[in-house]
Amino acid sequence: MRKITFVINGRKIETNERNTILRASLAHGIYIPHLCDHPDLTPFGGCRLCVVEIEGRGLTISCKAPVEEGLVVQTETPVINKVRRIAAELLIVNHHAECLQCVRNTECKLQDIAAYIGIEADHLQRLRQTAGDHPIDNSNPFFIRNPNKCVLCGICVRTCEEINGVRVLDFAFRGYETKISTLMNKPINESVCESCGECVVRCPTGALIIKDYQRPDRVVTTICPYCGTGCGIQLGVRGNKVVSVRGDRDNPINKGQLCVKGRFGYHFIDHPDRLTTPLIKRNGAFVKASWDKALELVATKFKEAQDRYGPEALAGLSSARITNEENYLFQKLLRCLGTNSIDHCARL
Amino acid sequence: MIRKERSKIPVKTLLLGQGTCCISAGAEQVYTALKREIAQLGMADSVQVKRTGLCHGFCQLDPVVIIEPEGLLYSEVKVDDVPEIARSFLPGERLVERLFYHSPVTGEAIPRYRDIAFYQRQQRTVLKNCGYIDPEEIDDYLTNGGYQALRQVLLEMTPEQVIKQVKDSGLRGLGGAGFPTGRKWESCYQAAENEKYVVCNADEGDPGAFQDRSILEGDPHSVLEGMIIAGYAVGAAQGYIYVRAEYPLAVKRLRSAIVQAREEGFLGEDIFGSGFGFDIEIFPGAGAFVCGESTALVLSIEGKRGMPKPLPRPRTTEVGLWNKPTLLNNVKTFAAIRWIINKGADWFSSIGTKKSKGTAIFSLTGKTVNCGLIEVPMGITLREIIFGIGGGIPDNKKFKAVQTGGPSGGVLPESLLDTAIDFDSLTAAGSMMGSGGMVVVDEETCMVDLARYFLDFTQKESCGQCSLCRLGSLQMLEILTAITKGEGRMADIDLLIELGEGIKIGSLCGLGQSAPNPVLSTIRYFRAEYEAHILMQQCPAKRCKALISYYIVPDKCTGCTACQRQCPVNAITGDRKKIHVIDQNKCTRCGICLSVCPERFSAVESVPGRLVSGD
Repeated sequence: MRKITFVINGRKIETNERNTILRASLAHGIYIPHLCDHPDLTPFGGCRLCVVEIEGRGLTISCKAPVEEGLVVQTETPVINKVRRIAAELLIVNHHAECLQCVRNTECKLQDIAAYIGIEADHLQRLRQTAGDHPIDNSNPFFIRNPNKCVLCGICVRTCEEINGVRVLDFAFRGYETKISTLMNKPINESVCESCGECVVRCPTGALIIKDYQRPDRVVTTICPYCGTGCGIQLGVRGNKVVSVRGDRDNPINKGQLCVKGRFGYHFIDHPDRLTTPLIKRNGAFVKASWDKALELVATKFKEAQDRYGPEALAGLSSARITNEENYLFQKLLRCLGTNSIDHCARL
Repeated sequence: MIRKERSKIPVKTLLLGQGTCCISAGAEQVYTALKREIAQLGMADSVQVKRTGLCHGFCQLDPVVIIEPEGLLYSEVKVDDVPEIARSFLPGERLVERLFYHSPVTGEAIPRYRDIAFYQRQQRTVLKNCGYIDPEEIDDYLTNGGYQALRQVLLEMTPEQVIKQVKDSGLRGLGGAGFPTGRKWESCYQAAENEKYVVCNADEGDPGAFQDRSILEGDPHSVLEGMIIAGYAVGAAQGYIYVRAEYPLAVKRLRSAIVQAREEGFLGEDIFGSGFGFDIEIFPGAGAFVCGESTALVLSIEGKRGMPKPLPRPRTTEVGLWNKPTLLNNVKTFAAIRWIINKGADWFSSIGTKKSKGTAIFSLTGKTVNCGLIEVPMGITLREIIFGIGGGIPDNKKFKAVQTGGPSGGVLPESLLDTAIDFDSLTAAGSMMGSGGMVVVDEETCMVDLARYFLDFTQKESCGQCSLCRLGSLQMLEILTAITKGEGRMADIDLLIELGEGIKIGSLCGLGQSAPNPVLSTIRYFRAEYEAHILMQQCPAKRCKALISYYIVPDKCTGCTACQRQCPVNAITGDRKKIHVIDQNKCTRCGICLSVCPERFSAVESVPGRLVSGD
């Protein structure tokens, strides 16, 4: 791809052609406030915060403006600051700003913008509070939609369309009644939503949050235990407990994406119904047993079957929930026992 | 197609407008009655009763009967008047003088419509056929020079020549923005794609504007002809008319016009044997104001949510409908094309001002003596329109302001009445040409309330994607509403200006960029009125209920109890023949007392500000 050089705030930047001014600037450590742009998605241009000035052309939004050779861009002028401040203040007085109770606290894009612009109390007090009191959609088992914290950046809409291809959400209604809605404005569990949670991780504010979320104190990078795709995940661990799962953006398999099982299906780890020891049925009831006892029993039964019907009487079905290496060993074991009847649950 | 046989050329033709406004005034019944009556009197051959698409634009006189060739005008004709009108055409009978238009100034009857002030200063060009032809009879259009321009274009001109002629005429887009039409056509012509589209924007949504509807109802073929010519010029084979579904009569007449044009071979393949083919489809809008914006309109035709596309982006002439180059013009712009081809670019550019050529069409409404659809040369002054054509302000009230350009436009005060209007001068004055709505307001209109009304409109019609428009117009509306309720703060005026300027600069599309205009222009020219609301808690125009009081003048009250009996909250005390008093604490300022006080007493008055009981 061709390289383009342009100047921003007096600094020369080299970037790929077709990049936008906003993304090129961010990549070079120059912050431009923005809310509706996301690196995974098509630029939208709705929040109006990323406004910059191009010499000889005037104001433009940097998320939609492609870089061009020789452009001279300013990100801080009185006019830019005026427009940006107005847009930010309007968003803040339209927001249920209960930051201390908000899951997204300190990870909120609106907070970042407010901090960067420097919102002053007396400035805000001149404005009327316009935040509505919309019902919260609790219908999904994994996440909550709170329209009172929505900034209508449309990231969830584009995520659903461009990342997951399901198109559950879109803009609906007009004027200040505009909101992000499912088809016919039904609760999200009555839509075709697959609960992949891709929108939740991209939401810049507290409008889409994971239920009962706990912030982890450390992150462990590993592989999703579910299917054979082998998505990279980052387990959020708090104390000795897994409290969250994120897609690993650096993993070449999934590049950060996850499905509903990988993202939300980790509660089996500490589930009371989870089997922690082998069980052996005696007199119609399962009884806890040691691994040695259990393996001994299995070996005995294998042997009996082999002796009575020949090795072909045995078959093995392995699981995607174990690793590739374990699956390899499993088929090796079965072949040693003299059978080629081996299958796998993910081969369906 | 079977053409009507006419055995005799009629001696007289009676023209009856049948536009939406005429029909609502009863023109259909008058037409039927008149036709029957003339036939019964045996004059069907000599007196032709003809339906036309519209009246001649003088809406308040509807139903109107125009008698040609004399050019006589009967106004406000009722079905009961029909027998008398019909008999007047019998030999030796007299004209029905009482139905002539009477000058509101002198009271004298003016028989000929050309002598009426409303028509005298107009220059009907694009509207020439509106009110003369039957929009559902293509023959009528053809006998009035219809499709001659198309014929000339297809058989004698190259697309380049057509574009040059439109460029030379100086025509600018009459949808409001005033972009040079020829340049737009050229840009679409130059776009390197085989498939292109022509779209007619008939999504007229401004409150108070009805010019596009009038042209579609009165002369639909002129729009079709303009579109076909445009298709030839830019290289498109398909056209769409995006028309408001709220205009059922316009849609119906467009449909019938398209069918007839197809039958006559003006639409379809190989028009006039030129090898060029073009067809037109109607796309009714779903009622969103913002779909008048070109990119939102295109998305709407594609079946998507109508949300304007943010700049920077390619022009619609390069990437438009279904990502193909698309030429999008307003109804009036297309309707002007045939005249430019017929009469030449020089003729068109001889009308108007240096930078705005041709004529402007306005819907003159509000507080003027004469209201209606008018066409004037660019460069005419507001004063000539309002006091010449409009006849001034009725009921001896004082002119206060004129609002042009609908919710995107601004309010201009008396000091700017001598402004020669064109695209640029209106913009410089803080308003805009817009779609051509012109609402005149008198001293009884509160400018804060007027601004609030327009903001309420734009706020509801914002598409919602852009924060400045969606939340900015809501914020401004909240502030204006507070001011009209007496809850304004002095800092609000500067805040409105600050917000307004920011929203204008930063909004995504033309809707947001122009939404603050009514607020900014009223503050610019009527700041004292805002201050009176905030500082004095008074509405000088006595419109804002929270900031007025009703008061019974003791010297005038005769104690008739009319107001006391009607007051819904029992706020009026006073016995028969005793002076009545309003308890200001109880009064809800509904105004019933004022309306029921007999005119001969006129004892109840409204006053600006809040009175305290005992005042």
